[in-house]
Amino acid sequence: MSTPVLEVRDLKRDYVTSGGLFRPARVVHAVKGVNFRLEKGKTLAVVGESGCGKSTLARMITLIDQQTSGDILIDGEKVDKSHGVTKAMRQKVQIVFQNPYGSLNPRQKIGDVLSEPLLLNTSMSKEERRQKAMQMLLKVGLGPEHFNRYPHMFSGGQRQRIAIARALMLNPSFLVLDEPVSALDLSVQAQILNLLKDLQDEFGLTYVFISHDLSVVRYIADEVMVMYFGDVVEHGTRDEVFGNPQHAYTRTLFAATPKSSVESIKERLAKKKALAG
Amino acid sequence: MALLDIRNLTVAFDTSVGLFKAVDGIDVSVDAREVLAIVGESGSGKSVAMLAVMGLLPASATVTADKMEFEGKNLMAMTAQQKRRIIGKDIAMIFQEPVASLNPCFTIGFQIEEVLSRHMGLNGRAARDRAIELLQLVGIKDGADRLGAFPHQMSGGQCQRVMIAMAIACSPKLLIADEPTTALDVTIQKQILDLLVKLQADTGMGLIMITHDMGVVAETADRVIVQYKGHKMEEADVLTLFENPASNYTRALLSALPENAVGDRLPTVADYNFAHDLGAGQ
Repeated sequence: MSTPVLEVRDLKRDYVTSGGLFRPARVVHAVKGVNFRLEKGKTLAVVGESGCGKSTLARMITLIDQQTSGDILIDGEKVDKSHGVTKAMRQKVQIVFQNPYGSLNPRQKIGDVLSEPLLLNTSMSKEERRQKAMQMLLKVGLGPEHFNRYPHMFSGGQRQRIAIARALMLNPSFLVLDEPVSALDLSVQAQILNLLKDLQDEFGLTYVFISHDLSVVRYIADEVMVMYFGDVVEHGTRDEVFGNPQHAYTRTLFAATPKSSVESIKERLAKKKALAG
Repeated sequence: MALLDIRNLTVAFDTSVGLFKAVDGIDVSVDAREVLAIVGESGSGKSVAMLAVMGLLPASATVTADKMEFEGKNLMAMTAQQKRRIIGKDIAMIFQEPVASLNPCFTIGFQIEEVLSRHMGLNGRAARDRAIELLQLVGIKDGADRLGAFPHQMSGGQCQRVMIAMAIACSPKLLIADEPTTALDVTIQKQILDLLVKLQADTGMGLIMITHDMGVVAETADRVIVQYKGHKMEEADVLTLFENPASNYTRALLSALPENAVGDRLPTVADYNFAHDLGAGQ
């Protein structure tokens, strides 16, 4: 079996709330032991409601926050926190955040947004950096005329494209997408999802896709992991989880997702009529 | 007679590059006991049209309409004072960001009681009791304890419940909900939608749901208006809209739902040609 791009073993994270004079400090177990392996070119979706620890998990695997215990292996290499995280390690992981309005520097031109990772991490010349940035800009469906514009001149969908382009500049091993489409309109959401699929096919990208929208997850994921209060309550392939959900919480999630089929509308209207009549 | 009847509503904003029409000749009518959904993407003017009814638009907006009546009373001809007696009492609105719509400096009890004292003349004990009753109605069980809580001490879903409690405090005849669940998780969304539909059925008020989510429309609406760039693209009852959409734009919106994906790619709105529909709507 090939080495997984990302492997996580018994990952835990506790937060300690500061106590007061009369109040003892409390420990919150945000993530309580997560295990998974993710192969190259696959998409793992992490599903759960706010407060279930999915973003804490994202911060740990992107090496932003340190885990309390457990191991993270990237390309088979263990991230050793005692020696600090190396630059090479950081380059392998990139993240795209939920809010495209907050994740771009308003004073930085798009061209600079895209070439900054190269400036910091490689020894490329200015011209090379410019060329690579331009290539990536075109790749995510924007035009050369956008190179010298500022973030406020773009719509939400375009900004999310820029954030994705920035994340791909250093050819990362995997990409963490933290609710990348939940702030977007339905049709723009479809464009971004298509873009993510195209990029995955072209570069063999590996995604960790965090979302609470099950219809999006069903569309994009290969594997699905359902989290509830820091625990993984269900983990399987997309067809397993959607076809035969095992845990009660997963079933609650499915039941809560709005149904837009004609049959379900008919059923609802009939019920309403019965109540009124 | 319709509860709210608007004919040929146009809202234009004065911008540096000239007049921009956010809403262009829209007709909206809602009856009592009816749930109307207005669907569209951002920029379709769906919120602006309802803000015009509420009188919440900035001074740079020009509102014109052939008719804008609530229960037969002309909203356009009213003085600000007359309008204030209706807005917030008979017509109430809830917004997308529950945490941002509540005042962080006051307890939720104070904010609910303020509505009651302003519109219903309830004060002291009576206002407090009614506030607890309202919180119970929206599913906050320990209402008496929660009255002293500040918005930041509650979750997003709880805050939205408080907003709904304030909106229904004066038993409005019409409730306008502007993307009430967009900022919330699916499980909480379900609870809030169920709550709104239940309140609507129990009180017989009219409900206007403004949303971009076709799933929310399918779960709540009786009748649907689809809007695009300030124009009405289609108006139909909910079943007809989903079963047999008349405009290409509606078809595009429906096919962009991830659960309707055919094969590997999601069709986007840009894949459809609906310039014709836009022309027909003018």
